[in-house]
Amino acid sequence: MKRSRLIAAVAALVLLGGLGLALANQAGDFPVDPPELDEDYYPCAENCHNDMDVDRTPRMLEDEHSDIVLHHAEQFRWCLDCHDAENRDVLHLQNGTKVPFEESYLLCGQCHGDKFRDWRAGIHGKRTGSWNGQKHYLLCAHCHNPHTPKFKALKPEPPPAVPGGAKAGAAH
Amino acid sequence: MSKDKKTVTTVNPRTASRRKFMKGLAGTAIGATLAGKAMASANSKKSGFLTIHSLEEYLQKNYREMTKEEKAQVLARMEKEYSERYGKDVKVKDTEPIDGVKFTYALDLNRCIGCRRCVYACVDENNQSRENPQVHYIKVLQFENGTMDFEESNRYYDPEMVPEEGKYYMPVQCQHCEKAPCVKACPIKATWTEDDGIVVVDYNWCIGCRYCMAACPYEGRSFNWGDPHLPAEEMNPNTHYLGNRPRMRGVVEKCTFCIQRSREGRYPACVEVCPVGARKFGDMNDPTSEVRYIFEHKRVFRIKEDLLTEPKFFYFFG
Repeated sequence: MKRSRLIAAVAALVLLGGLGLALANQAGDFPVDPPELDEDYYPCAENCHNDMDVDRTPRMLEDEHSDIVLHHAEQFRWCLDCHDAENRDVLHLQNGTKVPFEESYLLCGQCHGDKFRDWRAGIHGKRTGSWNGQKHYLLCAHCHNPHTPKFKALKPEPPPAVPGGAKAGAAH
Repeated sequence: MSKDKKTVTTVNPRTASRRKFMKGLAGTAIGATLAGKAMASANSKKSGFLTIHSLEEYLQKNYREMTKEEKAQVLARMEKEYSERYGKDVKVKDTEPIDGVKFTYALDLNRCIGCRRCVYACVDENNQSRENPQVHYIKVLQFENGTMDFEESNRYYDPEMVPEEGKYYMPVQCQHCEKAPCVKACPIKATWTEDDGIVVVDYNWCIGCRYCMAACPYEGRSFNWGDPHLPAEEMNPNTHYLGNRPRMRGVVEKCTFCIQRSREGRYPACVEVCPVGARKFGDMNDPTSEVRYIFEHKRVFRIKEDLLTEPKFFYFFG
């Protein structure tokens, strides 16, 4: 009897702990910059989509959003797999839960669980702020365009001077 | 030339001795040499290598032997001197280590794209000489994929865009070794490891022998072969005695994990600028810190581990 009670208590603790862990770093635990939403489009529902019928057929977009190139497992995916059909101002998870753009990391984390775990721990992605205090997080979408997520190449800063005044680039 | 000589008191290492210097001061030269030169900028090109701006500077003790009052005096003198020289309100701090903190750095080689943003953020933050001599604390080495031979690495790569196909990049800076060979090599104890693990240099005590540079297997130290060129408008006035205060000709300097920032809880400049978030910094003694998480969950390594220098700078693949 005693033992089963103990087991129940331990199980409850583990469950609660797990729940706490899951909730931690999801909202309010650290500041995350708001997403950079295109003012030409957002709020999407109010601007356009409220007046339109929902067409769920995957197709090439020709009238609007034709600049968006989807290069992110595009063979399996289309707009409405992530954007919510009923409310274009939010995203939705696989289970139907609606999430705002501010919490888009929940959407990314459905597939990229390992990166999501590292991001929450502060390992994946850029952190600013204070190493022993308040840290500042960025959303996945700040660095990776969700439609073409590969990190864009950058122009490097100049190489160091070669001792003796030879021209950089001459070595190797 | 003679005009140059008058702008600064210089000590010729071949003939210098404390006795001669004091004797010289007692003589008629005292008024001409010190009063006029006390705060002069170090422009002299010839006549000795070390530069001394004032009697107080010459008689200054090793930082670790100063009392609180002596430190306060030295800092005040430096603030005055630097403020005049750079035309802005320069602060020289002596922030102490935070109790129980052991600073550790981790760098994600899977993320680094070799863009060198860290190199120049470091130069801006730490008041390095911009050219002649050019001082960079961070060297970004480019390797062919599948190799890690430092002799074959290239630090002068300059393509249009990074990252390049088939290459990877490894930034190297002071590794803040637990058993730092540079500290052992210094004949005059001008460099040491602080309680929070930062290896620092007392620039005023350094005699410029460069034994520490010969001892360092990581090229973590740089030498001021000439008067540093630091444009006044680019000078960062938030400085620390053991960190980014302006250096002089003939002394060794190095990465201090941005001591002027990190001891106040801020991330080093290279961490904050890195566009891919490859650089991680924190307290290894804090079980919730990012570096501790990396240490416990990632495969980490240190370069040239076989030398048993025990760096506090880890590389990992995130």
